[in-house]
Amino acid sequence: MKDVAAFANNIRCRSLELCNLKRTSHIGGALSVADILAVLYCSILDVDPEQPELQNRDRLYFSKGHACVALYAALELKGFFRDHDLSASFAEDGTYFTSHVNHNLPGIELSTGSLGHALGVACGCALALKRKGLTNSVFVILSDGELDEGSNWEAILFAAHHKLDNLTIVIDYNKMQSFGTVSAVMSLDPLADKFRAFNWDVTEVDGHSIDELQSQLSTYKVEQTGRPKCVIAHTTKGKGVSFMENNLLWHYRSPSDADLVTAYSELMANNA
Amino acid sequence: MRNTFINTLCELAEVNKDIFLVCGDLGYSVLEPFANRFPDRFLNAGIAEQNMTAVAAGLALEGYNVFTYSIGNFPTLRCLEQIRYDVAYHQANVKIIAVAAGYAYGPLGVSHHTTEDIAALRAIPGMIIGSPADPTEAQMMAHFMSNHQGPGYVRLNKVGEPVLYGNEHQPVIKPGRFSPIRTGSKTLVLSTGSITHSILKELESQNRNWALWSAPFIGNYDRNMLLELCQMYPDIVTVEEHQSNGGFGSSVVEAINDLYATRQLSTMPRVRRIAIPNKFIGTSGSQEYLRMQAGLSLATL
Repeated sequence: MKDVAAFANNIRCRSLELCNLKRTSHIGGALSVADILAVLYCSILDVDPEQPELQNRDRLYFSKGHACVALYAALELKGFFRDHDLSASFAEDGTYFTSHVNHNLPGIELSTGSLGHALGVACGCALALKRKGLTNSVFVILSDGELDEGSNWEAILFAAHHKLDNLTIVIDYNKMQSFGTVSAVMSLDPLADKFRAFNWDVTEVDGHSIDELQSQLSTYKVEQTGRPKCVIAHTTKGKGVSFMENNLLWHYRSPSDADLVTAYSELMANNA
Repeated sequence: MRNTFINTLCELAEVNKDIFLVCGDLGYSVLEPFANRFPDRFLNAGIAEQNMTAVAAGLALEGYNVFTYSIGNFPTLRCLEQIRYDVAYHQANVKIIAVAAGYAYGPLGVSHHTTEDIAALRAIPGMIIGSPADPTEAQMMAHFMSNHQGPGYVRLNKVGEPVLYGNEHQPVIKPGRFSPIRTGSKTLVLSTGSITHSILKELESQNRNWALWSAPFIGNYDRNMLLELCQMYPDIVTVEEHQSNGGFGSSVVEAINDLYATRQLSTMPRVRRIAIPNKFIGTSGSQEYLRMQAGLSLATL
């Protein structure tokens, strides 16, 4: 458990560093998804950095591609980027380390960035695995704001109809989207009821509790209920850095050098 | 040509175990043979083309050779970003099959007129666009597309297209190549899709000694072929059942212009384009009627 928390903390620190280094946006959503990624990579996903395209692997589709720094950090920590220098490459001319995730990098199933794309592709993947008799699992990390996209709801219907119980989605429900709070822009509540009504298994967890995430995701990974699974992870945008938490500004602003120092000290204190 | 294409795909799927057909809840009385023979490689994705295309990409990324099937605008314009990003950018092995090109569903109204698809899909890198003129071309197109690894699009008419090629005369089905239908002098008509037969009839009835070639593929033309044709024919006419902006004629003009601009071609031929004059026709009408309303005839020259 402690290792997972440390992994999450490392994702946060590295994400902040990358956003500072290249003056990129979206640190808030990277901090909110850090614990989810840490749990997946530390204890749920069966993936091999040495053979990222092995057929017998679990698939993770990262739909909220704008929070790329968190995924890049997780993959780096996991050893996928041994042939790459993330600091030197991120958002640099001529590299594939674009500031929305890129499938040309090892360990990344799909390029995203345009919202509402990954779930449909993941449904195709989950269906293919079933039809080919493969027992691997498919995970998708979605943002809350992107549930405004109709394409997601097409896929949500589809997954239940086709009984894709090898598919688990995790919604990083940080309650903020581009222009304001989710409740002000396009309310999603009651979100769990919506998924239940669409014939999904649904559980709500504290998206910053390693314990809750781990227990729910490991249960969902093996359960064969004939229904796709949804984990609604209640999170805080900007989690772990007091002045970024629940502040829309950090969907856009990149941390300055001074911000970075303060943020690091808070994260180190949390981790102590 | 619709049935020919699907029946050919059925035959190919017997041998090629990766072929997978996904429909958008259309294809009643057409797709059943495939669905019944290969239930494990058939999927009705419902009336949800964005998801149909995304699912197709997911299936393709796991190794299937996927064909999506629906009417005109639905598997194309309706889900253009899924085609661009999920399919084309990932070079997913997905071929989009759209029936009722142009005004084939004339009386059904503008919703079912497939008249901007070439322009939209032609802009997407790596997209191979097939536009067969008759059942023979459609059959060979099914072979080509099932062997092609990567994104593709085929616009089909519907039913009842007369055959353009005799027993001794096989179409040329190669990307970038046109396929000769008949010889002639000075003027070359380049036509794509099922309207090609109407143009042939016009040439025959008017006793015009013009050459007619079909364009089973649109875009990325073979340089040497174009140079030869431009040198042989100072006068070129393009014909398509599609809007003028960005369509087949556009693609020919662009390609010839680029040869001229780079001094590979010394004289520009005159190129006249027969295409829908960038307008919707909202009235009901048969395919034949709407073609005439849009001026899709040599008589408009």
